[in-house]
Amino acid sequence: MFRAALRLSVSGARSLTRTRPQYTASIAARSYSHGKQETDEEFDARWVTYFNKPDIDAWELRKGMNTLIGYDLVPEPKILEAALRACRRLNDLASAIRILEAVKDKSGPHKEIYPYVLQELQPTLSELGIPTPEELGIDKA
Amino acid sequence: MVSQCQQPKKAMQHLTARRVAGLLSRRGVAAFSSSGVKMASHGHGGVTEQTDMSVPLYWDRLDTPLPDRPYKDTLSDADKSLKQKEKGPWNSLSKEEKLALYRLTFNETYAEMKKPTGEWKTVLGGIFFFIGFTGLVVLWQRYYVYPPHPRTLDDEWQAMQVKRMLDMRVNPVEGFSAKWDYEKGQWK
Repeated sequence: MFRAALRLSVSGARSLTRTRPQYTASIAARSYSHGKQETDEEFDARWVTYFNKPDIDAWELRKGMNTLIGYDLVPEPKILEAALRACRRLNDLASAIRILEAVKDKSGPHKEIYPYVLQELQPTLSELGIPTPEELGIDKA
Repeated sequence: MVSQCQQPKKAMQHLTARRVAGLLSRRGVAAFSSSGVKMASHGHGGVTEQTDMSVPLYWDRLDTPLPDRPYKDTLSDADKSLKQKEKGPWNSLSKEEKLALYRLTFNETYAEMKKPTGEWKTVLGGIFFFIGFTGLVVLWQRYYVYPPHPRTLDDEWQAMQVKRMLDMRVNPVEGFSAKWDYEKGQWK
């Protein structure tokens, strides 16, 4: 969904004409010209499953987040929700806030993405008691 | 004789390395700043402080939101009790406590990481300074290095030279003398 939004909002930019971003089955992003391409839904599902692991450990959370942020995309709210819940299971509030900061940074010039993500995550944020960086005042240096 | 030659060279190397290290440590190296990293510098007793790269390190990077270890690993008692409180519902934490928890784990916020450094002013200032210094060197050269001014470049000599060329009819068809009006005694 975000990939579509990104493509539509950047009009005339050369990035529009590139082919759909390729998400492969492996963590290392390789582009195959043959073989089955992972769909957006499969990608999302894979990552949601990753963060939903009940006994996820801190390393896996860090690795998952850092890898996810390394991709050329803004993660879907459902992936982020799973990640935030993983932070809750690990009793790590700071990482949860950091994840929100990272999402805002990943949106880059597309300023409409972050408010949308927050809006989608609002139920989870209130349920878990996760403040947004804006609420803590750390969104400004 | 050999040792004497080596001494000033070593001092020069020290100066430049130290100066670069000083500039780097002042401005920070790109997006990489860490509490544990100290520049590998000269040591008076031969002891240098260097980061232990064999343990997980902390760093603030935009593309690595969750670094390998939390920023503060030695917690005071107050911090420890806060960490205990973190295990309960987060809704019962005050805003200050939430902020304190963030600062325990992280050094700079994303906003602080992205803050403009003003490094460009140093760079531009440095450029102008060295251009200015070069100007002084060139000026000194002009007075102390250049040989005496050749008299063939004086206006008087040049005028006599031009007159001679015209008298000789240098390039009279399409070139030099062709441009001189011999009747009127002036350039065409």
